Amino acid sequence: MKAIEAFELPPPSRVNYLNATYGLKSWLLTKDHKRIALLYLGSITFFFFIGGLYALMIRLELLTPQGDFLQSATYNKVFTQHGIIMIFFFLIPSIPATLGNFLVPMMIGAKDLAFPRINLLSWYIYLVGGLITIYALLAGGVDTGWTFYTPYSTTFSNSYVVAAGLGIFISGFSSILTGLNFIVTIHTMRAPGMTWFRLPLFIWSHYATSLVMILGTPVVAITILLLAFERVSRVGIFDPALGGDPILFQHLFWFYSHPAVYIMVLPSMGVISELIANFSRKNIFGYRFVAFSSLAIAVFGFLVWGHHLFVTSQSVYAGMIFSFLSFAVAIPSAIKVFNWTATLYKSSISYDTPMLYALGFIGLFTVGGMTGLFLAALALDVHLSDTYFVVAHFHYIMVGGALMGYLGGLHYWWPKITGRMYPEGWGRFSALVIFVGFNLTFLPQFVAGFLGMPRRYHAYPPEFQVFNVLSSAGASILGIGMLIPAIYFVWSMRYGKVAEANPWHLPGLEWRTQSPPLTENFEVTPVVTWEAYEFAPPEETEIVGKFGSELEQPA
Amino acid sequence: MQSWIPLVPDSASTLSWKVDAIYFYLSGITLFFTLLISGILIFFVIRYRRRSPYEIPRPIAGSHKLETLWTVIPFVIAMTIFGWAASVYFQQYHPPDNAIEVYVVGKQWMWKIQHSTGQREINELHVPVGRKIKLIMTTEDVIHDFFVPAFRMKADVIPGKYTTQWFEATKTGKYHLFCAEYCGMNHSGMIGSVIVMEPREFDNWLSGNTNSASPAAAGQQLYQTLGCVSCHGANGEGGRGPTLAGLVGRKTPLVGGQEVVADEAYIRESILTPQAKLVEGFGPIMPTFQGQVSEDQLLQLLAFIKSLPGGSSQPQSTASPAAAGTAAPRPAASPAQPNRPAAGQ
Repeated sequence: MKAIEAFELPPPSRVNYLNATYGLKSWLLTKDHKRIALLYLGSITFFFFIGGLYALMIRLELLTPQGDFLQSATYNKVFTQHGIIMIFFFLIPSIPATLGNFLVPMMIGAKDLAFPRINLLSWYIYLVGGLITIYALLAGGVDTGWTFYTPYSTTFSNSYVVAAGLGIFISGFSSILTGLNFIVTIHTMRAPGMTWFRLPLFIWSHYATSLVMILGTPVVAITILLLAFERVSRVGIFDPALGGDPILFQHLFWFYSHPAVYIMVLPSMGVISELIANFSRKNIFGYRFVAFSSLAIAVFGFLVWGHHLFVTSQSVYAGMIFSFLSFAVAIPSAIKVFNWTATLYKSSISYDTPMLYALGFIGLFTVGGMTGLFLAALALDVHLSDTYFVVAHFHYIMVGGALMGYLGGLHYWWPKITGRMYPEGWGRFSALVIFVGFNLTFLPQFVAGFLGMPRRYHAYPPEFQVFNVLSSAGASILGIGMLIPAIYFVWSMRYGKVAEANPWHLPGLEWRTQSPPLTENFEVTPVVTWEAYEFAPPEETEIVGKFGSELEQPA
Repeated sequence: MQSWIPLVPDSASTLSWKVDAIYFYLSGITLFFTLLISGILIFFVIRYRRRSPYEIPRPIAGSHKLETLWTVIPFVIAMTIFGWAASVYFQQYHPPDNAIEVYVVGKQWMWKIQHSTGQREINELHVPVGRKIKLIMTTEDVIHDFFVPAFRMKADVIPGKYTTQWFEATKTGKYHLFCAEYCGMNHSGMIGSVIVMEPREFDNWLSGNTNSASPAAAGQQLYQTLGCVSCHGANGEGGRGPTLAGLVGRKTPLVGGQEVVADEAYIRESILTPQAKLVEGFGPIMPTFQGQVSEDQLLQLLAFIKSLPGGSSQPQSTASPAAAGTAAPRPAASPAQPNRPAAGQ
């Protein structure tokens, strides 16, 4: 453990960022990126459980083919609100605003983000957006689907479309500010010696995510604004009865909302790179390929929105271009999966909870990514679009991908964040429960979708019931799996084993300071003289297989 | 329904197997890569498990050759899928010239269909087997989507424009028709069926032959096929539309505070121009059936409505029920007299 023992930690201080100052005001007016990360953590957890409650209602209703538990009007609001809350108020901020906020400065050896006040502002903006959306839900709800398709949303829906749209519009600015902050921080605040190719891959993926945030979010903001404008003032933009074009809305909406999928999954990929390398004590195989594949995903992600419009009478030739590009965007994701797998070759793999999440992620993300190809394939998408196949596919990406990464990361950095260990046995157990519950929930939906069950139906023909029963059974297991970490995380904050500064024995910068860290992160600004994931000196690097002559020099 | 659980939808069009072939090709690829990756993962996780807490594996540099390999191979495989699916897509959305044209109008929440011979139907589409059918579609309100899983076909139905799709059914039978684009409250009720018939049977159906059923029975049939049932209930008990059971001869409050005695003329008017006299508490949501029901059929409907049991459990307008008089129940088939009071039962 040469590389790890090469540094000595200062004696732990009793003062840390959690107890440096006291009182509500010290939290609400904090400029510390770590405290802001915790403010975000609390608020997104709140939204996650609201969204989860809606998911529970959906699965209860779909247990039987008749619409017995919920009326159609209620059900439509429930699935709409499940989508809005989970996407805009949980998944998009999840990893960047919590783990990213906490770790971006620490991993590059900085004291804070470049703009601490803007960072705090972004949380308040998020909160205002969230509260307005909550108001919309309590006042009567929204029933347009999270996609707000026109002209239903602008002319026909009698629900709180403008209020919910306003909430999303406002919270978008928090996303833009976070992205801006990360980009500036990563460019200007790296510690001496922390070159671009020494950055942990978590940083690379957050850099790519930030690009999508600042380039994509303004487009959805404009789109929502146009929607509200048509709804309120009856100026024809999207409604053909007023002279508008309903498909224009879909182009604008997906120009953001497809890249938004990468806002959700790229940070998670960054977490997985950390987990795979650190829990196998191995440098990431093909570091530069993994780093650049994040950027490739961010760029290509902006060119594939038309694959949501294959059945909307979009030109057949436009469909072909979008289909081609959608297949192309799958390649960088495949490169990541292969590199993660190759990293494990001749490594030293521990079975700690975060690693279980990482392994689960790779399996689920492979299924999620491959089923994405079904939907990128034009002729097949004609049959599968707007069926449960799509629902299953994007849950594999968003829950199997984004959420697994988030939970894995939360376990991994929990000792750093709170200074306490979570209970390992319960951690492994709940990871397993979540994996089983997740697959039982969403695998049957692929079959139901291929058989033709449409999405957003509260009542359905009885032949689909068997798949829905399986799915609902899985969802209840998944729900229990989610509750266990929620309970033991809270429990561990008080009763958990006190964590060392570096409980996993890792070389990353965030582990080279006490747990929980000081408000300024490091006592002295670190000087970086090592590569990312350098567990052993570079001269020990092994040449692998018959490709040895082609080997890249150790990164 | 079979007792086993089907994993492949019913296949009933010339395009079905072409779509399925891609599906199975891709499923094979997915299964292969998922098993490959998880197999390698499981093997590595067991083979290279941490045996000592002090173990530090030797670092391995990446390999350009491997990276190239696992970039190029997936790309080539992806391109085979892309090319294949694109060529089938081209066929899906290029209707042949000699297809029979059928017009489809979507509306919250029903499908209105008219054959080129003038025959109309609602939430049902009758087509002959082995003939190319081209649907020309539009909608009166929001975006809908005409989806027949057994044909592997779907296309959005968009307000303000016509969209088309085509199919050639290969098997007689009754297949699901779904609205696949979320369209508001009763989206999941916007369903129906496509009925594929032998050409001779279809010709019979198309010629619209009258059957010898009693007017009330024929009216009940119409009540189902016209979709009245979705709003007024199977036995006229009401729902999104007003109650019909025991309606005839009853005083009915209208939007705007007026009252009307629900006689034959009122019922006829309400079928053809539903917005003219709206029952209090109900919105102007009923479509007009002008041109869709002949005078004969109107009478059959009237006969059916009169035959509905009820009124007794629905003391809706107890204000002056007897004011209309106590004329004996009239035979259904006789023509309506506008102001003639009639009692339900």
